[in-house]
Amino acid sequence: MLKGIIGLLVGAAALAQPAAAQSPDPVLIRAAVLRVDDPGLPPISRLDLPPADLGFAGARLAIEDNDTTGRFMGQDFEAEEVTATPDTAEAELARLLDDGIEFVVLLADDATTLALADQAGDRAMVFNAMARGDNLRGADCRFNTIHVAPSRAMLADGLAQFLMWKNWPRWFLIHGSHPQDQAMADAYRTAAAKFGARIVEEREFEDTGGARRTDSGHVQVQAQMPVFTQRAAEHDIVITADEADVFAAHLPYLTWDPRPVAGSAGLVPRSWHPAMEAWGGTQFQNRFERLAARPIREADYQTWLSLRIVGEAATRTNSGDPATLKAFILSDDFDVAGFKGQALTVRDWDHQVRQPILLTTGVLTTSVSPQDQYLHQTSQLDTLGIDRPETQCQFPETP
Amino acid sequence: MRHLLSATAGLALMLASGPAMANRVFVSNERSNDITVLDGETFEVIGTYPAGNRPRGITISPDGTELYVCASDDDLVRVFDPNTMEELHTLPSGPDPELFVLHPSGNPLYIANEDDNIVTVVDVKTRQVLAEIPVGVEPEGMGVSPDGRVVINTSETTNMAHFIDTETFEITANVLVDSRPRFAQFTADGSKLYVTSEIGGTVSVIDPETQQITKKISFEIPGVLPEAIQPVGARVTSDGKKLYVALGPANRIAVVDAETDEVIDYLLVGQRVWQLAFNPDETRLYTTNGNSNDVSIIDVETDEVLRSVQVGQQPWGVVVAPN
Repeated sequence: MLKGIIGLLVGAAALAQPAAAQSPDPVLIRAAVLRVDDPGLPPISRLDLPPADLGFAGARLAIEDNDTTGRFMGQDFEAEEVTATPDTAEAELARLLDDGIEFVVLLADDATTLALADQAGDRAMVFNAMARGDNLRGADCRFNTIHVAPSRAMLADGLAQFLMWKNWPRWFLIHGSHPQDQAMADAYRTAAAKFGARIVEEREFEDTGGARRTDSGHVQVQAQMPVFTQRAAEHDIVITADEADVFAAHLPYLTWDPRPVAGSAGLVPRSWHPAMEAWGGTQFQNRFERLAARPIREADYQTWLSLRIVGEAATRTNSGDPATLKAFILSDDFDVAGFKGQALTVRDWDHQVRQPILLTTGVLTTSVSPQDQYLHQTSQLDTLGIDRPETQCQFPETP
Repeated sequence: MRHLLSATAGLALMLASGPAMANRVFVSNERSNDITVLDGETFEVIGTYPAGNRPRGITISPDGTELYVCASDDDLVRVFDPNTMEELHTLPSGPDPELFVLHPSGNPLYIANEDDNIVTVVDVKTRQVLAEIPVGVEPEGMGVSPDGRVVINTSETTNMAHFIDTETFEITANVLVDSRPRFAQFTADGSKLYVTSEIGGTVSVIDPETQQITKKISFEIPGVLPEAIQPVGARVTSDGKKLYVALGPANRIAVVDAETDEVIDYLLVGQRVWQLAFNPDETRLYTTNGNSNDVSIIDVETDEVLRSVQVGQQPWGVVVAPN
C-alpha cells in the first residue's frame, strides 16, 4: 500500500512539472554571503555561542525559497558562503568581485562593513545584514549598500515607544565602555528626547577585561550587581546598552531597586526572534529549524531577508540581469514580505529597510513596534529610526 | 467540562427529536482548539466541541453529512458528524494543513500544506492520498472552479496563484500576484477568479481562460493606515453581483460591486477579520474576527452588520451547513 502511494506521488511530481521547467536553461542569479568573524571573547551565556553556520543557514533557506519560486520562473539562485577574518576579508571580497558576483551579503561590524562597501563600489550591491551603526545610514552612508539589519536608532525607538505606552518614562541608563556600547547609549538618549522619556541617571559599567565565564561566575556577580546599581535616582526601568556583552545579562533580578531591565537584556529590541509566530512566522521558523536543526538568530533572518530581496526582485522583473534587479530594488515599486505583518520597503534617503521591531524576552515576543499611537504622514515605520528630515546621508545626485 | 457534555447531550437530543434545524454555523477556533456551533436563525451558541490541535480551515460536504476541519498541529483533517459533532474519523493531510477546498461533487479534498510547499489531494471516501503536487513556498489559499476542472492554490512567499488541472494534477499556469496571496475565489459562473493579497493590500481579478490579471482592486479607508488593510478571506454572491473581502487588522469588510469590481462600501466588524461564509440562500454573511473572539453577522441585502456573537479563542474559519 505504502509503495502504491509513493508510486503515485512520484507520478504526480513528474506530472506537475510547471511550464517554466520546459525551457532548457534556467537563468542563474548569483550572490555571496561574506561573514567576517571577529576573534573576540565568548558571550556571557553559553546559549549565545555562535553556531558555525550563523547567517549561512539563513542564506540556505532563502536560496531554497527563491529556487522554489524560480522553478516557475525559469530562475536558479545560488549564494556562495565565505568566512573571513578582519585580515582576510578584503582579499575574499576582491575574489568574489573578480568572480563577477554582484550581490554580496555582509555579516560584519560597523567599520568592516563600511570598508568592504567602499571596496565593492559600483561593482556590487551590498546587503548589510549585521552592522547597526547609525553613521552607516548617516554621514557614512553608501549608495551601493542596502541596510537590512535595523539601525541602533530603530531598535532604541522601538523600545522607547513601548515604554512610553507602558508609562515608564524615567530611565536609568547603564552603558558599557566599548565604542559600540557608547553608540547604543547615544541611540537611547536620542530616543528619550524624541518620545518624551527622561534619562534620570547614567552609569558606565567598565569592562576591566578577564574571562567572561568562570566556574563560580554568579557568586561574585550576585554581590556586584546590586552594589553597582544602588542609590540611583528614582527610575521606572533600567535600560542597558551592552553590545559587547559584558554585564547586561547579569542585571535582571540583581538590581538594587526592584525594577525591570530592558535593552541588551530583559526586554530586548530585535529584528527577529525564534519564538515569533504571528504573520505566518510559525511556518518560517519550522522551515528554518528543519534545515538548520537549531533556532534561528537575527543574523540568519537578516541574511535570509537580504537574499529574498534579490529573489523578489528577480520574480517581479522576470529577469536575472543584475543591473535590472538593482534598479528595481531601489525603485518605488519594490516591496518584500518578511513575516512581519506588512510590506517591507527601502528608504530612499539612506537605503535602510523599513521594518517593525520586535520586543522580546527570552521565550516570547512581548510587543512589536511601532506602537499604534505613533503616527506618521508617510509610513508608520518611519517613526522608527532616522527620518528623511533628520538624515545626514547624502547620496551623489547621479550615482 | 460538565457544561460541554450537557451541551452535547442536549444537541444530540434536539437533533434526534425535532425537525431539521435552521442552518447551523460552524466556527473553528484556532487557539481554544474547538468548534463553536451557532444557530443560524437565532445566532445563539448551540455548543462548543473539541476539534484537535489548532483547527483552522473548515468546510462541509455538499450533502451536509460530513464536517471537515484542518487540525494544523495534528497534521491531519478531522471529520465530524455535523449533527452530533462526534468525530467520525480522520483523513491524512500531509503536514500542517491550513486551508482546503472540496471538489464541487464532494470528493476529493485539496489541502494546502503550508510547511511543505505541496498541495495534498485526498479521497474523502477511501481516505487515501491521491497525489501530492509541488507548488510555491507556503501554499495557503485554495479555490476550485465551479465545473471542478481547475483547482487554484496560492503560495504566500512565492506570490503566485497556481492553476492545477484536477484530472492530471498538473500545474497548467502560474499567475504572479501581489505579496502574500491568501485566498482564491471563483465566481459561480466561473468567469472570474479573485485572489486576495494580504501584504500587497489588493485583490487581483483574473480571467481564468487567459490566466491574465484584468484588474487589481485596492482599498482606501479614511482613518485607517494603509498597512493595516490586509485582504484575506473573500466570498462572491452566486449571482455575481457582490464580492465581500475581509480586510484583516483594518477590522472591516469591503463590499465590492462584482460587476464593475469597484468598492462600494466598508463595514466595520470585529478585530482582525479573517474568513467569511454565506448561508445557503446568501441572505447572511458570517465573518470570523480573530482578535476580538467573535463572529459578525451581516445582512447581505442591506449590507448592515446585524450583530456579533462571542465564540471561542481566535476564531479562524467558518462554514454554514447546507441544510
